Amino acid sequence: MQDALAAPLAIDWLLALVLCWLLLGLAGMVAQRNLRYVARTLFPLGAAVGLAIAGVAFAALGEVPETVVLPLGLPDLPFHLRLDSLSALFLVILGGIAAGISIYAAGYLRKGEGTAPGLQCLQYHIFLASMALVLLADDAYAFMVAWELMALSSFFLVTSDHRNPEIRRAGYLYLLIAHIGAIGILLSFGVLQGGNDMAASNGVSDYTFAHMRMMHPDGFWATAAFGLALFGFGAKAGLVPLHVWLPEAHPAAPSPVSAMMSAVMLKTAIYGFLRVSFDLLQTRLWWWGVVVLMLGLFTALFGVIFSAVQTDMKRLLAYSSIENIGLLFVGIGLALTFDGFDMTILAALALTAVLYHCLNHAAFKSLLFLATGAVLHATKERSLGKLGGLIHKMPWVAWLSLLGVLASAGLPPLNGFVSEWLLLQSFLFTPGLPHGYINMLIPVAAAAVALTAAIAGYAMVKFFGIIFLGQPREERLAEAHDAGLLERIAMIWLGGLCVALGIFPVFVIEQLDAVTQLLVGTGLGAAVRSGGWLLLAPVSENRASYEPLVFLLVILAVGAATFMLVRRFWHGRVRITGAWDCGWTLQSARMQDTSEGFGQPLRQVFSPFYRMTREEPGSFDKAPRYSIVVEDHFWYWLYLPVARAADMGTRMVAFLQQGRISVYLLYSFVTLIVLLFLIRG
Amino acid sequence: MNANLAAGILLQFLELIAALVLAPLLSGWVNQCRALLQNRSAPPLMLPYRQIAKLFEKEVVLAGNASSLFRAAPYIIFACMALASLIVPTLSTDLPFAAAADAIALVGIFALARVFIALAGMDVGTSFGSLGARREMLIGFLAEPALLMVFFTTSLISQSTSLAIIVETLGHREFAIYPSLAFAGVAFTMVSLAENARVPVDNPTTHLELTMIHEAMILEYSGRHLALIEWAASLKLYAYSCIGLALFFPWGIPQGVGIETLLIAMPALLFKLAVGGVILALIETLSAKMRIFRAPEFLGTAFLLAVLAMLVHLLLEAGK
Repeated sequence: MQDALAAPLAIDWLLALVLCWLLLGLAGMVAQRNLRYVARTLFPLGAAVGLAIAGVAFAALGEVPETVVLPLGLPDLPFHLRLDSLSALFLVILGGIAAGISIYAAGYLRKGEGTAPGLQCLQYHIFLASMALVLLADDAYAFMVAWELMALSSFFLVTSDHRNPEIRRAGYLYLLIAHIGAIGILLSFGVLQGGNDMAASNGVSDYTFAHMRMMHPDGFWATAAFGLALFGFGAKAGLVPLHVWLPEAHPAAPSPVSAMMSAVMLKTAIYGFLRVSFDLLQTRLWWWGVVVLMLGLFTALFGVIFSAVQTDMKRLLAYSSIENIGLLFVGIGLALTFDGFDMTILAALALTAVLYHCLNHAAFKSLLFLATGAVLHATKERSLGKLGGLIHKMPWVAWLSLLGVLASAGLPPLNGFVSEWLLLQSFLFTPGLPHGYINMLIPVAAAAVALTAAIAGYAMVKFFGIIFLGQPREERLAEAHDAGLLERIAMIWLGGLCVALGIFPVFVIEQLDAVTQLLVGTGLGAAVRSGGWLLLAPVSENRASYEPLVFLLVILAVGAATFMLVRRFWHGRVRITGAWDCGWTLQSARMQDTSEGFGQPLRQVFSPFYRMTREEPGSFDKAPRYSIVVEDHFWYWLYLPVARAADMGTRMVAFLQQGRISVYLLYSFVTLIVLLFLIRG
Repeated sequence: MNANLAAGILLQFLELIAALVLAPLLSGWVNQCRALLQNRSAPPLMLPYRQIAKLFEKEVVLAGNASSLFRAAPYIIFACMALASLIVPTLSTDLPFAAAADAIALVGIFALARVFIALAGMDVGTSFGSLGARREMLIGFLAEPALLMVFFTTSLISQSTSLAIIVETLGHREFAIYPSLAFAGVAFTMVSLAENARVPVDNPTTHLELTMIHEAMILEYSGRHLALIEWAASLKLYAYSCIGLALFFPWGIPQGVGIETLLIAMPALLFKLAVGGVILALIETLSAKMRIFRAPEFLGTAFLLAVLAMLVHLLLEAGK
């Protein structure tokens, strides 16, 4: 600590900034109902702190890890904190995205929506600070405390509008699964810790990550720790079948909170999983990678197939988050497999794809969630079936979310494409694996990834087309208004990130080099740098290359040249009139595709995946009604049976509770006798 | 080095011009062949040019609630297709722009154009527009992975995803028979039919509302916008034909840059395109358009064939 006082380290700065977040949160409690003070002062300050955190963490990428021991916590268990490249990268994501979302929230908060603004401010900033602490924690104790703080603060944010029973239900489900996952993480750390007196022999304290790194568990225990971590972090990330909370909690939460949860909180789970599997576990088996790959693949396909049939815009995005988490796990699985066979450069390639996709998903998904927030405020409507034509009323939101939509669909030259490209490139290297079956299996997995990406395009066209294009499906949409200035600034920041991450991949990969160096011992930095800043060639130029800037410039140049030439040689005359529509005279907004209609091809092609309940009108119905409800099989296959079993179990235990004091005294007496008997025996 | 680069850029430019000029000709040729095969009197070969010129002359009739996206989309789509034809090696494999985008990025360009045309179809908010957009995206998400798998197979053979290097490997290495390429070729043909709105998936000449896919999306376009979209559609057909030729019949595409190589490359390209056009017309004449929900089966078959091609490569050829 003495040295730290002499010259503040990056980690000290970060802690000071995290403390600033907490103080800003507390400041919100001073005047809870003063919207002007909370929204226009505190949230922009929070955004500035976020930017500062991103800046400090960015500078710490690739530097020597720094540690700090905080005298908090239990007497013999102080908090150990550590800043290395992996934490720094995720802190950059947290800070950068939080900056955008805080600015947005400053313009988004309204009177009379959910809890008081001051209280929301406190919860929000505790949420941010706890995520930062999760990323900095260097012992299991600090990690779990921060992790639980994150779960609880986000629970209160989700249930901000707690008068609505549906939202309470969503929050309950979220809390439940978060805690089931936390048990998995806790047990995983327990296995990693090994025994009780092991740590002292290593010269470090109990439950620190430093101690876990020195343990070399044998295959069985390593697998146990890995499996528990996969379960625990998978529950937080939304890995199928633990995904059910996502499509409930995301629509329930206010839009900035959904954006934060989807963009950053899900990434903390990815961070934790990477930390345990690549850093803490010194024994790694190659087949773990295959398991993770398969789980990820199923999650990705499942998520995207459901995302395309949703009729609620935020649920659509929530399922799309599940898809992206699936893709991230596919990449991690691939990296684990390569690493298991000591093909470190390929592991680095797959891992670079994962980390890049973390950045990308954080940028475009927060942008899209913020766009839904703006639409929600302008129209009071979340259902896609009642929106439409908003590009005329909300051009800023529409064009900015077009960026997010294109990025999310994985289209060049935006950022989503770069990580997809890197992931597909790493698939193409699998024939080098020294294992026949895996060799055959993995290209088929690549086919499934390609299918996922293509369906994501479908879902995104549906999202954008139904909300922003066409005719307004309701009359009151005519009163919709564009987002305010602060909201626009936030969305421009995030949209700008999407573009920058897409256009300058070489720069980004150079920064990611430090992280892959830490995790698998090698990186793509040198290979990428040799191609110059324009050309992205992760392994060698002959193998594969991509120049997004040239790509963009050619499209812009050809588009502009065509525009000029057409005007130069012909004319620019336009006559505005009604739509032609093949000569049909009667046209109404109700004749456009609804969101159900747009999802119909998928429901037909992938019908076994859905649990559909249809209500179709008969031929003689006076008031014909058509409805379709698409549900998740997992509710009926997994969750409801478990819930029923839990219910039965508790009923049986409840039999013991007679509610009479004499019976309880009898229980104590019997227990005492049994204990005495045991001790004597 | 600089002279070489200059020659490369010149060649690149030449390739673009060739694509822009030849694309409508190819469409005209296919239409002519089809008419002859179907015992109809054939339309003139130059008809597509005249149509495009006519459309440029006409004024744009715009629906009242069309947004700026609707007006920008034709330029974006046209630019995407122009970029695609820049990347596909037709006259030489030594192209400066070839490094800008590899096979995966090429699939990305087609996807980008598709998303914009689908969004433009939804923009005016007519019943046919959104119906076409939905169907186009259905065809798209089924065809795209199959196309990607075809590229993967060829990439595994040549150890590269760069189109120029794939073509060099397949065309200039010692002659070897790759059984995987046979599967990939069939899959690619099926995908190309679907992607270019051809029979049996779509019918480029139909204006029967219920069966339209591509035509339904562009119903509201007129004048110069329609001209650009028609031109882009023929460019897409040209680009797909050239990809097919480059992957499966790469002979005649020279590696170097120079006048004498061009003298071989240009006639070879024209000859191959002419033969390709006849085959396309033959396929279109011999098959009937299928119901829209048979299309997933059709494209699913293509996808399976492409995956099979990759497995065949790994099983039989990987050791070589």
